[in-house]
Amino acid sequence: MNPSPMQTDYLNIETSLKSWLLTRDHKRIAWLYLGAVLFFFVIGAIAAAMFRIELLTPKGDFFSPDFYNRLFTIHGIVMVWFFLVPVIPATLGNFLLPLMIGSKDLAFPTLNLVSWYVFVVGGLFTIWTVAAGGVDTGWTFYTPFSSVYSNSNTLTAATGIFITGFSSIMTGINFIATIHRMRAPGMSWLRLPVFVWTLYSTSLIFILATPVLSTVLILLFLETQFGMGFFNPVLGGDPLLFQHLFWFYSHPAVYIMVLPAMGIVSEIVPQFARNKIFGYRFIVGATLAIAVIGFLVWGHHMFVSGQSLYSNMIFSFLSFVVGVPSAIKVFNWTATLYRGSISFEAPMIYALGFIFLFTIGGMSGLFLATLSIDVHVHDTYFVVAHFHYIMVGGSILALLGGVHYWFPKVTGRLYPERLAQGSAWLIIAGFNFTFFPQFILGYMGMPRRYQSYPDRFQTLNVLSSAGAFILAVGYLLPFLYLTWSLFKGAKSGPNPWNSDGLEWQTSSPPIKENFAHAVTYGFRYLTEEAKSNGVET
Amino acid sequence: MKTSAEREGQEPDIPNDSNINLGIWIFLLTEAMLFGALILCYSVMRILHPAAFNTASHLLDWKAGTLNTAILLFSSFCMAVAVRASGKGKSKGTSVLLLVSASLGILFLAVKGMEYHSEWLKYLFPNDEFTFAGPDSAFVKLFFNAYFILTGLHAIHLTFGILWLSGLGIASWVSPQFHRRYPNAIDCAGLYWHFVDIVWVFLFPLLYLVGGS
Repeated sequence: MNPSPMQTDYLNIETSLKSWLLTRDHKRIAWLYLGAVLFFFVIGAIAAAMFRIELLTPKGDFFSPDFYNRLFTIHGIVMVWFFLVPVIPATLGNFLLPLMIGSKDLAFPTLNLVSWYVFVVGGLFTIWTVAAGGVDTGWTFYTPFSSVYSNSNTLTAATGIFITGFSSIMTGINFIATIHRMRAPGMSWLRLPVFVWTLYSTSLIFILATPVLSTVLILLFLETQFGMGFFNPVLGGDPLLFQHLFWFYSHPAVYIMVLPAMGIVSEIVPQFARNKIFGYRFIVGATLAIAVIGFLVWGHHMFVSGQSLYSNMIFSFLSFVVGVPSAIKVFNWTATLYRGSISFEAPMIYALGFIFLFTIGGMSGLFLATLSIDVHVHDTYFVVAHFHYIMVGGSILALLGGVHYWFPKVTGRLYPERLAQGSAWLIIAGFNFTFFPQFILGYMGMPRRYQSYPDRFQTLNVLSSAGAFILAVGYLLPFLYLTWSLFKGAKSGPNPWNSDGLEWQTSSPPIKENFAHAVTYGFRYLTEEAKSNGVET
Repeated sequence: MKTSAEREGQEPDIPNDSNINLGIWIFLLTEAMLFGALILCYSVMRILHPAAFNTASHLLDWKAGTLNTAILLFSSFCMAVAVRASGKGKSKGTSVLLLVSASLGILFLAVKGMEYHSEWLKYLFPNDEFTFAGPDSAFVKLFFNAYFILTGLHAIHLTFGILWLSGLGIASWVSPQFHRRYPNAIDCAGLYWHFVDIVWVFLFPLLYLVGGS
């Protein structure tokens, strides 16, 4: 870093380690979170690489079946709770929310820092779990296997997730209070950037769903340690109750992962199509609708668990209903492209990739919501492919798009555009190579979570593993060139994309206080009438 | 419509305290979901084993439960008056009312502790020594699981509230400036305290009265 003497920004105003670890600045806390979640991403990715190598051959050759179970469990736990759930809200969301609404910081800066430390403590338990030999229950911890039969480290893993839940809740409270109370004058609800709306909806899920997961983990703990059996039929409990409560959190958690991703795409697409976003109110409505209806569909994970036929029918119906707002969004993004002046910088490639892959993921979700098809493909690779299209093809692509789009904002530097475009294509290609074969595998009947498989599945599995290798290279490239650009990239100036978003109307990187002057109104989504009247307040 | 200059003049910076008030409300929402999920578990178990839960409910001391309900409701009343007093800047009065509320909380815990003790002596605590002579003893034990988890979690929340109220009570006694500096502190504690009371208002009939007469 080479600051000129007159420019101070949030990065160079103080540089000691203490100034980072005790910072209350949302922009620095976003960096802290980024470091933590990237660390966990690497753990999860290594586990994935290991089992993809194992799956190259039909027989189990490298690992014991038990070790294989531990690999995919750690992959699931780490990727869900320590990467995908926090990654967009706590990094890009944390950084951008106050900038986008014209505020100095979040409503509770100290709580923000505390939430990071809580996250780290939860993470330490997870590291402990890995170091002690892992868990073999799958990330879903289904009882009675997890409570009675498993002799792996269920408790440390559950404790880590329990603690991390508090960090989610703190972030949720902070974001909601911020969006309610810290908006600049003139930044009315219907002028909020879509990304802010998605953070709001995500926070609603954080605060309403996470406590239920806490409850279920407390009960799991009490059952395992003290024989207080709510889930054990021998003690009078009901194992299905665990599944209900678990999915009451874990299905909305999917929307925690994908809603902010949709928000990022809703920022990128209008920018690079040079068009106003089509149907702003509908996108906002769809965002809230997904958050609300998302709470009512958890039972579609349990179609073959023996719940009643009527429950199945209702959950199936509601799962179709939740597809409607998602489809509205896809149509709105497409309509935004219409008669736009489109250019294909890296963020746009990621955003378009998101729309394409999310549509495949969403449509295959409708297959799974259909009762008869679900009975056939339940617990097969079809399901695995479906949710990876949403979580990797959706969330991670949008995350990378957002990281590239706001990289100049966060660092004040440009990334190498050509290289970025190349790796975006590489990631999209590698992703499809990895996961598209899994749709076919699942449809042919290959169950998930097995270390060995019949010979006839080998070709597709090799394709999938080869794709995973391409994907790994694709992830490595942005990590390398973005790190390089952070120190050596060309200066970007405050607004390299010529965006009218409020976050770009201050210096890049921003000063510690975000804005040099009091912000008085939102720039976006003003009606033409208001603009022509020159309304400023 | 106001000009931007007027707005800036009016609210140069929104005071943090009103944020905290909203933050507490949102926090209470998460608490409601936490207790809600537990109450749901209890309800499912009761639907699965209605007879055993009836029997087990009769083993609880409903008189102690009623007394405790009255204690908590009265403490809520004191808390509400404390909030009013603090709004009028009467710091000594607020302090006394806060400490009375906290003491009533302690009284509640004492009664609850005596109940726990007598249940322990009757081998109703759901550990390995649990004994119940009648039929369905496993399911009766399940009731006591739920009972101890629900009331235990409530007692933990109440303990936290007692510490909070006592701290505020002392601060408000020592420093008359306290209310001006932190106008929402008492409000927030009040919201929490009332919430903990309301949880008990749900727990009392669910646990003590479901058996009928």
